[in-house]
Amino acid sequence: MLAFKLAFKNLIGAGLKTWLNVLVLSLSFVIIIFYNSMMDGWDQQAQTDTIAWEIGQGQLWEKDYDPYDPYTLIDAHAPISPEMKSQVESDALVPVLITQASVYPQGRMQNILLKGIPSDQQLLDLPTSALGTDGDETKAIIGKRMAEATKLKEGDKVLLRWRDKNGTFDAREITIANVFDNNVPSIDNGQVWLPLSTLQDMTGMQDEATLLVTGSNYVPVNNENWTFKGHEFLLADLKTIIQSKKGSAAIMYILLLGIALLAIFDTQVFSIFRRQKEIGTYIALGMTRSQVVKLFTIEGGAHSILAAVVGAIYGIPLFIYLKNVGIPIPAASQNAGVPMASEIIPVYGISLILSTILLVVIAATIVSYLPARKIARMNPTEALKGKIQ
Amino acid sequence: MKYLTILLLAAVLFTSATAFENENSTPLSGKEIIEKVDANMAAENRIIESDMIIHGKRRDRAVSSKTWSIGTDQSFSEYLSPAREAGTKMLKVEGKLWIYTPQTDRTIQISGHMLRQSVMGSDLSYEDMMDDRELLEVYDAKHTGEEVIDGRKCYIIELSAKVEDVAYHTQKMWVDAERFVPLQQEMYAKSGQLLKRTNLSNIKKVDGRWFPMTMIYKDVLKDGKGTEYRITKIAFNQEIPDYIFTKAALKK
Repeated sequence: MLAFKLAFKNLIGAGLKTWLNVLVLSLSFVIIIFYNSMMDGWDQQAQTDTIAWEIGQGQLWEKDYDPYDPYTLIDAHAPISPEMKSQVESDALVPVLITQASVYPQGRMQNILLKGIPSDQQLLDLPTSALGTDGDETKAIIGKRMAEATKLKEGDKVLLRWRDKNGTFDAREITIANVFDNNVPSIDNGQVWLPLSTLQDMTGMQDEATLLVTGSNYVPVNNENWTFKGHEFLLADLKTIIQSKKGSAAIMYILLLGIALLAIFDTQVFSIFRRQKEIGTYIALGMTRSQVVKLFTIEGGAHSILAAVVGAIYGIPLFIYLKNVGIPIPAASQNAGVPMASEIIPVYGISLILSTILLVVIAATIVSYLPARKIARMNPTEALKGKIQ
Repeated sequence: MKYLTILLLAAVLFTSATAFENENSTPLSGKEIIEKVDANMAAENRIIESDMIIHGKRRDRAVSSKTWSIGTDQSFSEYLSPAREAGTKMLKVEGKLWIYTPQTDRTIQISGHMLRQSVMGSDLSYEDMMDDRELLEVYDAKHTGEEVIDGRKCYIIELSAKVEDVAYHTQKMWVDAERFVPLQQEMYAKSGQLLKRTNLSNIKKVDGRWFPMTMIYKDVLKDGKGTEYRITKIAFNQEIPDYIFTKAALKK
């Protein structure tokens, strides 16, 4: 306890030098928590949105379907079995048929994925109710990214060209019934959504689908044409991307933490060099060398405690503010192909805060101990005289 | 007087006979016209040197090549310019297509849906080059009328698919009534929407047959001037060594 009291007294006594170190270290604290909470917030938001808009509680893939190989699409469709059909009726399964096509907005050709989904589905957040039939008009919905890329807006008509199951070209005009805002590029970029029955008629693939999205009331079916893909598989890419982003963000705060630790190390080396008489006095008064090493180590490590306090003073209000307003994300990042909202609400977990404190305290203690080891090799008489050793 | 009567009778008889013949000469059917086109244009083999001009939004690009072909199912093309494409070779044999690129020194087979990709950014797809089935094999031809194109009388032929696996459900062809060379071709979607148009011009007589030396392919749904294909040199029924139509020839 004496060591702690002495350490804090010495630290406060050092004045500006201590506070500069503490300030830099507190910045590390705040930035580590800021980055990690932002990444955790992104992770949580991206998963929630992907589940709500795209994957539900998992998907049943037709055995040939490979989303990374568009050339498989022409063969990746199979009939929906009767037992699956009953689950489609109860909204436990939502069939999606996917085919390649082209649209010609303003005389430009753009290759797209044409997706058919039942207009009365409730499982996904897609505004499919806008796909309801209205005479001979073929209604389509597109996401905001697709609308931006093609310069299409609600009510616009655009020519669509596709091939049926035999490879014969067909073309017709479609009307954009809705442009939906969303955070999931994989249901938006280069995609046009049509009513499932319309797309089945257009392609001659009656009662067929490429994949089925499952709901919470889905009862597993055994069918060799379909393979179930759970959250672990469907969200794996997303998690990998976020992990790699976390890794690259870590470089920045590791640098900042390194600077702060270097300052503490420097302060320690300087203290031991300048305070030899004091060290000699401690030993002369009966302290063992290891007690003096401990005192100096605690003194250095205490920077991190002070930094945590200072960081909390300005960090907590900042974090509360960010939790309320969110962290704005530039539009360019939202089009990068990864689910990302326009504002990320950070998530501050207790484990994040505790692990950050532990990391900084341990790191500060280690860099304080390293120069303090020199004390153990000091000659107390020489130290008392203040002779440089 | 006697001679005059005979002459008049002869004249009347001749006129009636000609009129009778004209009334009874049935116009050519669509099938016959297509057969005549085939007879005019088909050859045992041909060697073509050509320029493909791809009209882009900002600039035009010309790709020149030399092609050796036998019938419609064997062909070998070598791209000669620009420098970026020079040395690229393409081999089509019995429904299979391989491409060799000197940059990678690799030969890849273009198959499945890769066939639907554009050839060197043009309005033509590999599939357009691959469909070597005869028109009458996949379409019913109907002679529907006549029209004048570029001052030449043309037969209008409507082709409707009789099999399911064709890219274009219907086609319309304007065939020069005298030379039996198509001057225009239109490809339609199942819905009747016009998708592509080909205009053939600069018809020349080569080795006794009429042949279009310039063709313009146009995806009519897209803005732009399409892709122009100009034959600079053509020779029919030449000696072509067999090894040309082998994969080994691609790397030579």
